[in-house]
Amino acid sequence: MISLSINNQRVMVQPGTTVLQAARKLNINIPTLCNHPDLCVAGNCRVCVVEQTGARTLIAACAMPAAEGMDIHTNTLKVRNARKHIVELLLAEHRSDCTKCYKNQKCELQALANEFAFGDTIFYDLVEDHPYTIDASSSAFIKDDSKCIRCQRCVRTCAELQHISAIAVAHKGMHQKISSFHDRPMSHVVCTNCGQCVVRCPTGALVEKTAIDQVWDAIYESDNHVVVQTAPAVRVALGEDLGYDPGERVTGKMVTALRQLGFDSVLDTDFSADLTIMEEGTELLTRLKKALVDGDKKISFPMFTSCSPGWIKFIEHKYPEFLPNVSTCKSPQQMFGALAKTYYAQKKRIDPAKIVSVSVMPCTAKKYEADRPEMRASGYKDVDYVLTTRELAVMIKQAGIDFRNLEPTHHDSIMGESTGAAIIFGATGGVMEAALRTAYEIVTGREVPFKNLNITPVRGMDGVKEAAIKIEGCKEEWKFLEGVTLKVAIAHGLANANKILKQVRKGKSPYHFVEIMACPGGCLGGGGQPIPTSLEIRIKRMKAIYAEDEHMQFRKSHENPEIITIYKEFLGQPNSHVSHELLHTHYVERENY
Amino acid sequence: MENRGLNKVDLIFEKVDLKDILSNAFKMKNSDIIQKVLDSGLKGRGGAGFPTGLKWKYTAAVKEPEKYIVCNADEGEPGTFKDREILDRVAYKVYGGMAIAGKAIGAKNGIVYLRGEYRYLLPKLLKELESFQRLIKGIGYDFKIRYYLGSGAYICGEESALFESIEGGRGEPRNKPPFPTTSGVFNKPTSINNVETLVTAIMIIKYGPESYSQLGTKDSRGSKVFSVSGDTPTPGIFELELGMSVQQFVDEFGDGDTKAVQVGGASGFCVPRKKFQDTVIGFEGVPTGGSMKLFNSSRSMYNVLHNYLDFFAEESCGQCTPCRVGCQQLLKGVEKVKKREVKSTYLNELMKLADTMKVASKCGLGQSVGNAFRTIVENFREEIIY
Repeated sequence: MISLSINNQRVMVQPGTTVLQAARKLNINIPTLCNHPDLCVAGNCRVCVVEQTGARTLIAACAMPAAEGMDIHTNTLKVRNARKHIVELLLAEHRSDCTKCYKNQKCELQALANEFAFGDTIFYDLVEDHPYTIDASSSAFIKDDSKCIRCQRCVRTCAELQHISAIAVAHKGMHQKISSFHDRPMSHVVCTNCGQCVVRCPTGALVEKTAIDQVWDAIYESDNHVVVQTAPAVRVALGEDLGYDPGERVTGKMVTALRQLGFDSVLDTDFSADLTIMEEGTELLTRLKKALVDGDKKISFPMFTSCSPGWIKFIEHKYPEFLPNVSTCKSPQQMFGALAKTYYAQKKRIDPAKIVSVSVMPCTAKKYEADRPEMRASGYKDVDYVLTTRELAVMIKQAGIDFRNLEPTHHDSIMGESTGAAIIFGATGGVMEAALRTAYEIVTGREVPFKNLNITPVRGMDGVKEAAIKIEGCKEEWKFLEGVTLKVAIAHGLANANKILKQVRKGKSPYHFVEIMACPGGCLGGGGQPIPTSLEIRIKRMKAIYAEDEHMQFRKSHENPEIITIYKEFLGQPNSHVSHELLHTHYVERENY
Repeated sequence: MENRGLNKVDLIFEKVDLKDILSNAFKMKNSDIIQKVLDSGLKGRGGAGFPTGLKWKYTAAVKEPEKYIVCNADEGEPGTFKDREILDRVAYKVYGGMAIAGKAIGAKNGIVYLRGEYRYLLPKLLKELESFQRLIKGIGYDFKIRYYLGSGAYICGEESALFESIEGGRGEPRNKPPFPTTSGVFNKPTSINNVETLVTAIMIIKYGPESYSQLGTKDSRGSKVFSVSGDTPTPGIFELELGMSVQQFVDEFGDGDTKAVQVGGASGFCVPRKKFQDTVIGFEGVPTGGSMKLFNSSRSMYNVLHNYLDFFAEESCGQCTPCRVGCQQLLKGVEKVKKREVKSTYLNELMKLADTMKVASKCGLGQSVGNAFRTIVENFREEIIY
């Protein structure tokens, strides 16, 4: 243990602890900006400078390891003067149109300015001194360089968590900026639209491309029938933007709020998550049959899940040779969209041209996915508008809804029924667990051999998880699987996906089925979720998801009554001709820069 | 203050029998080599002045099979051109210094990081390297040197930015600690030394620390190669004993009308005529990596300052706030003062900003921008304003 003194209070810490962490142990707040719990230390904004007795300069608390006998002071005149200067310098290169900014009152720089830099500044505004770009080329987000303060959180996110580096630091000195490859528009580089940079940007330099106004317009147009679907991970995080602590489940209140916003029908992506399991599980079993029984050499393993549009764009750019390994299933959002303007329209006798299909997603990549040209199977744009969890919270506030005192209600029917299997899609490992719950039962006629159906090896926050299930006692038509040990893996965050793909490229992957989610923690840590994020917050959301699962009447996708009905009335069999037309898709090879 | 006067010395460019020096050095105990360098009082010749023996001692103390000795030949300080001359004339001594340093710290690999603009020297340097490698092979010693080239960024002369550059990253300084002695290039213990420092070390081994430390003052032992430029009839490279006053220097190199000397380049200090007599060139007075720029009365010190600030605004890596934005504010600030768009008292505000940059910047670049700013504004305020 190391003993040091901060503001004349003694604290004992483990070696490797930073001065910042040591101060937090004493509940001494040192302001930070470039620091983020998910990222490596940068030490470049210098907002956290403190005074160390005997040191020539101030030290950055976030980057300085605590050392024996250190005498630290966090609030001396020298520190205060420097900190005020630093915040003012940051403001000098930041286009401060705060009242009009999407991040107004959610901006970390604004919060610092409020503490340290109110009143007149002696510094010159430098924003107009340099040419800057406001890049709105991506479907998912806007990159506004005039609001960028070069903290490099986005750069570190893209490099460390996602192994992509679609954005990186370019040029030096006064010309330094965060740029893409050759300054190309974000729509034309390897960016996966995952939005992890958006979640970590302290200012309004990276924000989602909002659809709030379009959705209001659609709601107010009386001819329209506006349906909304809610993704599994939204219900365990929405509360954070509405005054709740992380990990609070607000499903019922969310449904009521959506109804009060004026949506004609409040439906559930959970329904199409269950549908995904039916289609994808069947696809996996078919592939296994083709490989093991028919000896089809073209079938290669592992098969990859396809729910995460960030992951899909990643593999399209980075490992296009393995696109045949990706399940052809559309994501639940897009299955839902295709059915809303076909199945739902028929059942409800509504002209599909009048249906406006809105989704609420924990994700920014879903905005891009909805815009893909492949996603018009219904003859219309299958999903018209995608809102993030954050945007829904904004709409709820705009409508003046007293969220906390809402009566919880249930999703509408049809396409509103959910199961525990669908809920857990929101957490890393959830798709795998849901698939195993169903596939094992299809093959053996028995439930998966795990207590309470909880397949714990696939749960949790480890970057890459794996599990093996030996299949025994198969039904007659699945006899070829008798004794086969099904090997699966789960990766979340594209850096971890990259590990799996590298292994596959070397020909050393032992797995049959791999679930990949682009974002850390899966959808619950998505790019559209409330800000801030950290491992601690993601774990709380994860616990909420599994609690939600435990409380569901149905916990297996194939038991969802609406799923049974749709196959009986509309789709026929999983992977049927109709299914293939509406629920499956293909992928595009993209360039790697 | 100790004053040794102006004395020309010939150590750095003196021809030596390298085989002889190395054969002896390789027979010495590592700790003895380090002790000799410690005893000599040699401080780094790049400008920062960290005791060389201490740097070697710290690196030697780290138990790690893979270590590096890096020669910093990214000579980029405005007005410094002595490393180019040293490499051009006595590269074999640089290589020898690296081998001795390598032996002292336990490194089998050396890297020369050569300024991009010196690429034209490379064919010759590589040829000399070949004969050097043959020479130490002949002695029966295993030490390999390779070259990396810079690409023109001033910041890459900063040791940790230099490591980043070698590793293929952006030239951005790292957080310290860890210091290079424990985690340098490729995250291995590294001793990084200036070209001249390595050659000086060779001469200390040859003549012994007692003889070397006869030269110079208590705080600034030995001699140093100076790059003399500006308003002087005799620009060029001169090796001089440390411990002379600026006045003695100006008497030798000035044109009779010298009003200021910028000691240590853009990151150094401006000494005005009235302080020539009382300022010693050395670590006790004004330290320098070698750059000595003389200005006569025809020069506008506003232009000099503006030029430096323009340089820093361009050459900051841009990573940390005080340096990236601070340099631009200083530059814009003095322009506004000159144009009478703000009161001259605005210079006092800028002085405070320079203080913040000195204490809050991440690396030596941002920390030293204030040196030239403060000394020029303090001594030539009227030239900035009018």
